[in-house]
Amino acid sequence: MLLRTPIDKKVLINLKAGEDILITGTIYTARDSAHKLLTQLISEGKQLPFELEGSIIYYAGPAPTKPGEIVGSIGPTTSYRMDPYTPDILNEGAAILIGKGSRSNFVKAALLKNKAIYCAALGGAGALLASKVKSISVVAFPELGPEAIYKLEVEDFPVIVVNDLEGNDIYENH
Amino acid sequence: MRNIKFEDLVKAIRDSVIEINCVPSPEQLKKYDLGIENEEITLSKQVLLSLKENALIAKDRMIPICQDTGTAVFFLEYGTNINIEGGFIYDAIYEGVRLGYQEGFLRKSIVGNPITRRNTGNNLPPIIHTKLVDGDSLNMVILAKGAGSENMSSLKMMVPSDGIEGIKKFVLESVRKAGPNPCPPITVGIGVGSNFEGVALLAKKALVKELFENTDDDLIKEIEVDLKMKLNKLNIGPQGFGGKTSVFDVCVLMEPCHIASMPVAININCHVIRHKKIVF
Repeated sequence: MLLRTPIDKKVLINLKAGEDILITGTIYTARDSAHKLLTQLISEGKQLPFELEGSIIYYAGPAPTKPGEIVGSIGPTTSYRMDPYTPDILNEGAAILIGKGSRSNFVKAALLKNKAIYCAALGGAGALLASKVKSISVVAFPELGPEAIYKLEVEDFPVIVVNDLEGNDIYENH
Repeated sequence: MRNIKFEDLVKAIRDSVIEINCVPSPEQLKKYDLGIENEEITLSKQVLLSLKENALIAKDRMIPICQDTGTAVFFLEYGTNINIEGGFIYDAIYEGVRLGYQEGFLRKSIVGNPITRRNTGNNLPPIIHTKLVDGDSLNMVILAKGAGSENMSSLKMMVPSDGIEGIKKFVLESVRKAGPNPCPPITVGIGVGSNFEGVALLAKKALVKELFENTDDDLIKEIEVDLKMKLNKLNIGPQGFGGKTSVFDVCVLMEPCHIASMPVAININCHVIRHKKIVF
């Protein structure tokens, strides 16, 4: 299945746990510290550094870019650390979350409630995934270094659906 | 006394941290191949093929195999008849790590304080374990240790009556609970014995024990073989999507302990072990 951003959440109903997706378009990285800061901004009712509605968020912190390369290695980090912040992010309209590893039950419930899905990218395949990234720029929190929010333009970025809109979970249903 | 130049140490350490992060060892590639051959499920086989492809891309372009280029961990065996010309051994390690992570475009993943969490910007400090030995040898094992798998590690102060079955049960339960999180197929380092702080170090050293002199007895071999077989029946599989390859290796180290204790520690590594031994 090919997906192109911006994501219309209505298409997500067709995606099943275990299915391969190739994403083309814009995705945003955010990991531990960025999640903490984003949810602080949400609770204070302040402007967010990017539009969360329909967005794709990738739990990743890239390695520095080598001269002559577009981006450094950029695989997923383990998702459960983002769990405490995830319901707030989903309430703001995020459509697809990408990371690796299993989520808490309250996150799975928040995904279903907000009609969003969670996908896994291949952990420990940062060099391969970097070859799918066409550009990278810092959007917010540059002081966080690898934990800053980066905007990525990707082409055929491969992920696997973990939690679909029927409540299936690839990690439990194999 | 044998003299070793400070600059030679720095250069060897710099080069090694870049190499272990970007160049997969032949043994690593063999592990992927074996898994690809054994897996029957298409998705599990495809995952292993992609992980191998990733390692080869990294080598070809000299970029990190994984963006988490880890905490730099050192096991030193330091001969008391060694003289470092022009500086102190730990300064050489710090400088080698700093240069390697900077010039190799490796990610700086260390924060200076666990609560306030400001990145140190140079991947310092490393973690250094030093063992003094008699003579003029200097051996150094370097491990770039990722945190996704480190977070899935655990330690339990077990008691003598728990016995070998208790140890195996603890390992099976820990790996089952870790599931997809530590990027399987994993390597499981297990320490048994010593005391509270000693057993954690044993478990970490177990991950790289192939780089030390082999001290395995029949009991250790039996535990490793049996646990590997049982762990691979948990159907976690590559990346947790199911399959026969949940662990690549199980490595056990044991040490004497107190009559009241049987400490057990489990240190988990992801599918790619990034390590090297340097002999000066």
